[in-house]
Formats: sequence, structure tokens, C-alpha cells
Amino acid sequence: MEQQREAGSIGMWVFLAQEIMFFGGLFMAYLLYRFKYPMAFAAGSNHLDWHLGAFNTVVLIVSSLTMALAVYYAQVGVRKLQIVFLVLTMILGTVFLGVKAVEYHEKYVDHLIPVAGMFDWDEKASPLPPNTTEQQVQMFYWIYFAMTGLHALHMIIGIGILAWLVYHAWRGRYSPEYHAPVEISGLYWHFVDIVWIFLFPLLYLLGRHFGEGH
Amino acid sequence: MSEHIVSKKIYFVIFGALMVGTALTVAAAFQDLDHVLFTGANTVVALTIAVIKATLVVLYFMHVRYSTRLTWVIVIAGFFWLAILFALTMADYMSRGEIRGTTG
Repeated sequence: MEQQREAGSIGMWVFLAQEIMFFGGLFMAYLLYRFKYPMAFAAGSNHLDWHLGAFNTVVLIVSSLTMALAVYYAQVGVRKLQIVFLVLTMILGTVFLGVKAVEYHEKYVDHLIPVAGMFDWDEKASPLPPNTTEQQVQMFYWIYFAMTGLHALHMIIGIGILAWLVYHAWRGRYSPEYHAPVEISGLYWHFVDIVWIFLFPLLYLLGRHFGEGH
Repeated sequence: MSEHIVSKKIYFVIFGALMVGTALTVAAAFQDLDHVLFTGANTVVALTIAVIKATLVVLYFMHVRYSTRLTWVIVIAGFFWLAILFALTMADYMSRGEIRGTTG
């Protein structure tokens, strides 16, 4: 049994190592373009609503705590609290996605969707720094949508996995002897939290010290 | 070796540390450290806090601290490969144009 449990979590870690590379490619793109166009990135970033970003960071950290507690109650075999914390984690994940949807909608209203014909930076309201073009800011928004979009996709999958766990926990499938699915899904959920821990300062806060924007 | 159950107290302590880290990240972002310290200081501070937060999550929430050496090897290898990706790609881009006749 012990060896099975160990093998399960190692398998998940191998998957997560692959996930590091999956997100890593996007972080690489971010690093390179920010290195090339630092001021355009600062201008684009300052247009994001950092309050919402910070709120979502807190939501995800709380959801990691509730996920950790769900694993704990699976380990000690308290079915009711295990279900309570799994459901709480799902709710927090949904709140995160709701806030994300509000942000995406704001970007749509502000013509900041980085697709040809849809992107229109309001030069009068927010003048660009010298030697900065609209295309460079558009690149920031490409990377913003790619990274947060891939992250949001992972959140949606995570909420699906949680629903599946709640169903089986409800039927009393998990015990102190067997709860590997809860433990392994926890690893996935925490990983998605870690990605956001990096995305928040890199996307929302990178140019705040220049003092422009909100 | 039986499964190590991390106590609730440790989870709450780590949670508190992550919250403090988030507050520090926001507070530091609004200080002009680039001017006070050196260019890029703001980014260095933000990433340092993020790395500490991520390490806490990996070690305690993800139980790696209590896992076998094999798990450690996989975790470290994952981040090591990411470092290779960053280092080699940036080494290429940052050195373009330094040799006469090549431009990036």
C-alpha cells in the first residue's frame, strides 16, 4: 500500500514537472519581450486592475489552505469535514474564475483584446512612454491573455476534479488507508496556485513604481 | 515508513506566511526600489518573495518536505530544466549583435 501511495504522488510530480515546462515556455516569452520592451510592458501592466489581481491572489491562497485541510481530513478519516473543505475549495476556485471573467470583460470594453482589429490603445487617456509603440503594448496583452488563459483553463479542470472527489467522498470512497486521489489532486491544485503566485507580481505589479496609471 | 500527516497548525502558519508575503509583494511594488537600490531591484524583490512563497507551498502544502528522495529529485529536476530554458535562451538573445555581422 505504502509503495502504491508513493508511486501515485511521484507520478503526479512527473506530470507537474512537465507542467512547469508548459507554463515555462510562456514565462520565457514574457521574460524575453519584457527584456526587449520594458516600458511598453509597464504601461500595459499599469492598465490592469491590481486590486482584482491581489484579491484573486488571496482567494487562491485561501483555497490552497482549504485544499490542504481537505487532504488532512481525508488522512484522519473525517468524511464530513473532508467534503466541507472540498466544496469550499470549489467555491473559492469559482470566485477566482468569476473575477477573472470580470477582468476579461473590462479588457474587452477597453479594446485591449490583442487581436487584429480589436486592439486599440487609448493614446489620449494613457499616453505611451517615449520610444514605445502600440504593437509593443499589444504584445504585453498577448502574453497576459495567454498566461492567465492557460492558468484559468487549469482552474476549470481543477474544479472538475474537485467535483469528482466530492462525489466519491460523499459515497465514502476515501479512508485513512486509501485517499490517494485526494492527495494527488491536492498536488495539482497547489501547483496551479504556485503559477498564480508568480503571475500576480509579473503581470499586475511590474510597473507600479513608475507611478503612472491607477 | 507510514504516511506523514502534517498538522493543522503547520498549515495555518504557512497560510499566514503566504498572506504576509502577498502584502509585502504589493507594498514593495509601489516603492521605487529601482531608484533607491539598483535598476531592476523591484523585480528582484518581487521574484524573491514569490520564490519563497512557492517554496513554502511545495514543502508543506505539497508535503515534499516529508517525501522520499526520489520525489525531491523530480521536483528539483523540473525547476532545474526551467532554469536551463531561461539561461540558454537569454544567453542567445542578449549576446546577439556582439559578434560583428550578426544581428538579432
